[in-house]
Amino acid sequence: MHLMRHRALPAIVAEITPREVYEGRREWMRRLAAGALGAGLAAWAARDARAQARVAALSAVRSAVAGAVTVEKPTSRNDATTYNNFYEFGTDKSDPSRHAHTLKTRPWTVAVEGEVKKPRLFDIDALLKLAPMEERIYRLRCVEGWSMVIPWIGWSLAELIRSVEPTANAKFVEFVTLADPAQMPGLRSSVLDWPYTEALRIDEAMHPLALLAFGMYGELLPPQNGAPVRLVVPWKYGFKSAKAIVKIRFVDRQPQTAWVKAAAQEYGFYSNVNPGVDHPRWSQATERRIGEEGGIFAKKRTTLMFNGYEAQVGQLYAGMDLAKHF
Amino acid sequence: MVVVNRFLLHPAAKPVLFALALLPFAQLLHGAIFDGLGPNPAEALLRGTGDWVLRMLCLTLAVTPLREWTGWSALARLRRMLGLFTYFYAVIHFLCYAWLDMGFVPGDIVRDIPKRPFILVGTLALLMMTPLAATSFNRAIRALGAARWKALHRSVYAIALLGLLHYFWMRSAKNDFAEWSVYAAAVALLLGWRVCAALRRDGRAGPTQGQAA
Repeated sequence: MHLMRHRALPAIVAEITPREVYEGRREWMRRLAAGALGAGLAAWAARDARAQARVAALSAVRSAVAGAVTVEKPTSRNDATTYNNFYEFGTDKSDPSRHAHTLKTRPWTVAVEGEVKKPRLFDIDALLKLAPMEERIYRLRCVEGWSMVIPWIGWSLAELIRSVEPTANAKFVEFVTLADPAQMPGLRSSVLDWPYTEALRIDEAMHPLALLAFGMYGELLPPQNGAPVRLVVPWKYGFKSAKAIVKIRFVDRQPQTAWVKAAAQEYGFYSNVNPGVDHPRWSQATERRIGEEGGIFAKKRTTLMFNGYEAQVGQLYAGMDLAKHF
Repeated sequence: MVVVNRFLLHPAAKPVLFALALLPFAQLLHGAIFDGLGPNPAEALLRGTGDWVLRMLCLTLAVTPLREWTGWSALARLRRMLGLFTYFYAVIHFLCYAWLDMGFVPGDIVRDIPKRPFILVGTLALLMMTPLAATSFNRAIRALGAARWKALHRSVYAIALLGLLHYFWMRSAKNDFAEWSVYAAAVALLLGWRVCAALRRDGRAGPTQGQAA
């Protein structure tokens, strides 16, 4: 069923019967045969299998951008796809993988508009072909104090920006994400002012490490991780990397963003990873790496300035008081 | 009413309750050992033990109102055990924080507690629970005298409010108070009942005192 949903994909997307799908089915049947679980639990297992169902392969070449491929051990795909925040599907970190199967990622368009010479409505298939796909292995640091290492697939956001030719007035780029109550049960709750929006300064958006991602772990993004297209800004806290983007707007003033609107004293516009500036209610000096050797007793890691991307992005913020512009 | 009381007075009632109250702990321990707590087991342990402090606290506070509503007077003999399990889960909760979050480094813990108001409030609640746990046995009640013991143990109401504040501040990071409001409603109901009961007693006592004066 999940394979049929992607029938209209371009040639670069190969369809395979993913290993985890048939392994999931085998496991499911094994459990049924063992009679160890009742019908309710069997249904639950099927739901789990669906959350884990692999979508489709997405081929890419290893990125040559400086700093784009960390040598750290990637987080397991299972952890990265079952533990994350995507409030449109609930505020618990297990909610997205349980609820996001309702997200319809085809057909999908992304409107690029505002202060640009060539505004355009991109079909997702056109976006997939706009630039060669690169694999980038980035650290991800959540503002909540945990981190992962994820192999993303996509290309530099700068490619898209150049193609629409921003005007001199384009000082900021705003990302608007899908907000459809029919597909996203989390919208019933008023935790944030929907739709979720995020934004970058134009020079941040033009930085080659700012990634427009379409896949992870060698495959198209699963819905819970922001399919079909999301932002990945590895030197900022995870919430800056908007998921399921439907609109990219170029503007001349710093836009309001979802978390700044919700709590301006706690979440700043920049939200660069910074171990020296604590969240008002917790320290940002350390982080828990998910899947770390040693399990629950693993020592927390020291959080690095700009999440370890200081050499690449530090000059963007030269002369800025980062405690004030947190 | 009689049937329920007979069950509650059965010699097995306390061991059964003991086993039931230990079940969540056993489940978390099993999960911790057999990798059943998801991608962030340390966080799952912290959250899980914290949830059970609040649940046990609500159960403890529910004993007296339930007794009055239902006439199951024998519930009273289970209250101490529920109170002690509240303390048990609170201690485990704190140990999880000190160990898994802070690596048992005293300096880090001391620096972290004032930095995070919600941890300060949680720690305060735990400290306030300690004298209650320490005076829970019969000899302590006799030594203190019933009136003083009762006055001391009224601090459980303040502890409940601190526990709620702790959870509220923790949740405010997520901007999601759905779960919190369930606990808040339970505590409001249980404390509200006591306020009403006290007002009723005052209402009855008022005229009598007037006559005596």
